[in-house]
Amino acid sequence: MPAVSKGDGMRGLAVFISDIRNCKSKEAEIKRINKELANIRSKFKGDKALDGYSKKKYVCKLLFIFLLGHDIDFGHMEAVNLLSSNKYTEKQIGYLFISVLVNSNSELIRLINNAIKNDLSSRNPTFMCLALHCIANVGSREMAEAFAGEIPRILVAGDTMDSVKQSAALCLLRLYKASPDLVLMGEWTSRVVHLLNDQHMGVVTAAISLITCLSQKNPDEFKTCVSLAVSRLSRIVSSASTDLQDYTYYFVPAPWLSCKLLRLLQCYPPPEDGAVKGRLVECLETILNKAQEPPKSKKVQHSNAKNAILFEAISLIIHYDSEPNLLVRACNQLGQFLQHRETNLRYLALESMCTLASSEFSHEAVKTHIETVINALKTERDVSVRQRAADLLYAMCDRSNAKQIVAEMLSYLETADYSIREEMVLKVAILAEKYAVDYSWYVDTILNLIRIAGDYVSEEVWYRVIQIVINRDDVQGYAAKTVFEALQAPACHENMVKVGGYILGEFGNLIAGDPRSSPLVQFNLLHSKFHLCSVPTRALLLSAYIKFINLFPETKATIQEVLRSDSQIRNSDVELQQRAVEYLKLSSIASTDVLATVLEEMPPFPERESSILAKLKKKKGPGVVPVSELEDGKREGGELNGGGDRGPDSAMSASNASTPSPSADLLGLRSAAPVSAAAPSAGSLLVDVFSESGAALSPLLRLSEDLAPLCPRRDELLNKFVCKNNGVLFENQLLQIGIKSEYRQNLGRMYLFYGNKTSVQFASFSTTVSYPGELQSHILTPLPLNVQTKPVEPLVEGGAQVQQVLNIECITDFSEAPQLNIKFRYGGALQNITLKLPVTINKFFQPTEMAATDFFQRWKQLSQPQQEAQKIFKANHGMDTEVLKAKLLGLGTALLENVDPNPENYVCAGVVQTKSQQVGVLLRLEPNAQAQMYRLTLRSSKDTVSKRLCDLLAEQF
Amino acid sequence: MRFMLLFSRQGKLRLQKWYVPLGDQEKRRLGRELVQTILGRKAKMCSFLEWRDLKVVYKRYASLYFCCAIEEQDNELITLEVIHRYVELLDKYFGSVCELDIIFNFEKAYFILDEFLLGGEAQETSKKSVLKAIEQADQLQEVRAVYLPRPLIPLISQAF
Repeated sequence: MPAVSKGDGMRGLAVFISDIRNCKSKEAEIKRINKELANIRSKFKGDKALDGYSKKKYVCKLLFIFLLGHDIDFGHMEAVNLLSSNKYTEKQIGYLFISVLVNSNSELIRLINNAIKNDLSSRNPTFMCLALHCIANVGSREMAEAFAGEIPRILVAGDTMDSVKQSAALCLLRLYKASPDLVLMGEWTSRVVHLLNDQHMGVVTAAISLITCLSQKNPDEFKTCVSLAVSRLSRIVSSASTDLQDYTYYFVPAPWLSCKLLRLLQCYPPPEDGAVKGRLVECLETILNKAQEPPKSKKVQHSNAKNAILFEAISLIIHYDSEPNLLVRACNQLGQFLQHRETNLRYLALESMCTLASSEFSHEAVKTHIETVINALKTERDVSVRQRAADLLYAMCDRSNAKQIVAEMLSYLETADYSIREEMVLKVAILAEKYAVDYSWYVDTILNLIRIAGDYVSEEVWYRVIQIVINRDDVQGYAAKTVFEALQAPACHENMVKVGGYILGEFGNLIAGDPRSSPLVQFNLLHSKFHLCSVPTRALLLSAYIKFINLFPETKATIQEVLRSDSQIRNSDVELQQRAVEYLKLSSIASTDVLATVLEEMPPFPERESSILAKLKKKKGPGVVPVSELEDGKREGGELNGGGDRGPDSAMSASNASTPSPSADLLGLRSAAPVSAAAPSAGSLLVDVFSESGAALSPLLRLSEDLAPLCPRRDELLNKFVCKNNGVLFENQLLQIGIKSEYRQNLGRMYLFYGNKTSVQFASFSTTVSYPGELQSHILTPLPLNVQTKPVEPLVEGGAQVQQVLNIECITDFSEAPQLNIKFRYGGALQNITLKLPVTINKFFQPTEMAATDFFQRWKQLSQPQQEAQKIFKANHGMDTEVLKAKLLGLGTALLENVDPNPENYVCAGVVQTKSQQVGVLLRLEPNAQAQMYRLTLRSSKDTVSKRLCDLLAEQF
Repeated sequence: MRFMLLFSRQGKLRLQKWYVPLGDQEKRRLGRELVQTILGRKAKMCSFLEWRDLKVVYKRYASLYFCCAIEEQDNELITLEVIHRYVELLDKYFGSVCELDIIFNFEKAYFILDEFLLGGEAQETSKKSVLKAIEQADQLQEVRAVYLPRPLIPLISQAF
């Protein structure tokens, strides 16, 4: 049946495509293509000028060949020629070629830009759109340089056709994404925001993508979009399904626009204006209600469009995290989807519920679906859905369901897809550690993990179990017994041998009383695995053996014999040979006392963030693990180490004890031993049984230097809250203190939440807030901060939380933070905790917007030396632009764009509001990415303010 | 959206639209890998998957797979309907569109896509408006007939 191709057909092209399709082999295809390329080349080079049609046809053929996956290195000039054709079809093909085969030849770019410029100024909407499409498709920096100034004008001009506006908006978006520094909205900002009110739904749909992107980068400048977006959304949500005519999609009014509106709102906190907020909540409720109504169509398009809006609304509800009622409704809705027959919905519900699980309002509601989720993990046929189920189980896990979830994950591991095993192992290890109430359970779980999925158990996981066993003396005996039993399996994983070797080497004595696990039995068991293991494991076993000699003198002869055997002392592996030689010598010449000192039990490891968690984070990339999750891990990981009550000082000393230096002298022995070929690294050998290569200190030890100690030093606590107002202020095994605060002008209100983490009542609970030096200060000089509060209830029940409100007034600028002292009785013992409250001078900032000229004028006015404070310091964190911006905004100042001539620099301005005076502050932060340094300069009318802010901020970057 | 690919069950790319700047080599490599990944999935599996650092949404219509790689914060379900709307546009324009239409008139497929999506975002979601724009453009062109062999399998009737 012959068919008519729409528009203008190009017969030659169709024939060529047919030929290609008829080629029987790849070779035949290449042959046909080469023939065509030769033909086109000769036509282009030929003397006869080609007419527009032929040129178009050949350019189109080249394009087709390129899209088949072949390289094309000519034809660009002919395509550019087509751009200036006044025949639409020729122009169109020219633009298509240019967009697909982007070329960096500068002469060509100049010609292309010229052609685009002509079309943009042609006032012919069809041509203008073509030109804008081309810019949007290429999106290069050269195009941004040429057109970023012109397009905003087209976008907001009153006489621009709707279709051109739509293209202009998205064209600008593409340029902004590629070269944000070149797209300056400035004076156009408010007119762009008002496109949300445009009559034409298509214009709104296109413009909102641009506005959303700009809002993410400059939320303050675009914040008027919130109320406009809410009213637009409200009109759509309340419209009947036919009101919006062609923008209704399968009975759903404007689904694309609705999703984008809800997405835009996620760039902002909940609206402050009560009326706007009320209207928005109403919209969200309507969307949730509609989900319960019977569908208006059986078509999947109807339900997809409707649910797309629903999921976006749920994302917004989760983003706000402040409406318990909506959160719980969202959770119930997702719960229904968990059992939906559509796989897509089950997938999305699992994914969305993961974020709900981290909200305090909906965590419990999420937990009620545990059986369904476990079932999904077991029965879903699609691995990506099972992955989501595993993620959700991980997210909903807490102390109450940890045993069940860990057991389910372990049993799933036995049959899990290879692609997700490693991640599952990490998750099980983290949960087991985080929620371990008794450590024997923890040890069992990890050993099970090694048994079931040994290949996927990374170093971090088995390091961690050893670390914890070392730090908890109540579990050492159990661990030794369990690992001894596990090693008796005929085929056990090498990771099990490592753990076994290490633990028996340290704590084998705890089970040696039982004749079934007497020293020699232990040794023979370990040694029976020796020959099946890799070099690093053998090295570890040798270290375990020397530890045995110290623990059990009766094994000395047997072990010395092993060390002396040719397979050890003449081992071709340098590391093994060296260990054998050194250990043999050590055991024969050192006195019992020296031996006991050198081979002493490992000191406790310093507390630190779980290395497993760090690994999971790394695996999933930053931002994947919710922040609260990480903080939890950090806190509770430490707890397991035995130490919420241990201060940073003891952590320091522990870490000193486990560095190699103190016992390095003892290795003077080494000089007596035969020196093997490569020995210089062996200094750490004896202290560090972990060390697998001698050259590298155990990662566990190295980690301790990188990561902050668990219980932050007091000033670190302050630093943590300089740029944010909410979070966990303090936590130990008994008590958690959460904080929420808000500031306006010179006033602040702080909510403290004291949570009793135990099941026992706290008695005589009392808190006092004081200002340091309060007692010594002159009675007539007012304190810089006035903090008022009411006493809290003296009894805090187990598991309960009490709230305390502090009203803070800033009288004058200050540099000391107020102190919070908490006293209570727990089981008879008096607990006394003193903390600094994170009230810092920057909390009383009022942001000030100003133009470049103003800024520099004021900067110059503040030029006296004492008005300026400056610090140059090394970057402590990454130098990512977005993070820096977020911090500077969190500081409370206005972040001024386009003020500093160097776009890498940041300048901010604000006024510190105190009761006695207002202090204007200007800030300039100059990053030097190459040197990883910053220069921070603050100028203000008051020297103490400059100085204090400079000190505070230097710790933030 | 980062990019959109149309490919056949045999893994042949029929259309590729990239909304992020990438080198030709990189595009070919990504395209090849993603096509293999999707063809390796069973029917009835979920339409969404995590692939590298992207979310991928795909749907099969008759012999063709339509596949979009979207950003972390993008909405999967509405992306499925982006695909469907595009199929509808092609269908309306060609009249019961089939894979051959897209092979022989690939440039049209690109033009229609540009009217609907620009820079990876929905530009105009009204079917009428998009088709009107394309029809207007066609009227600026001389009409010639091209005779194609058509072993017709309309896409739209065979959504999987």
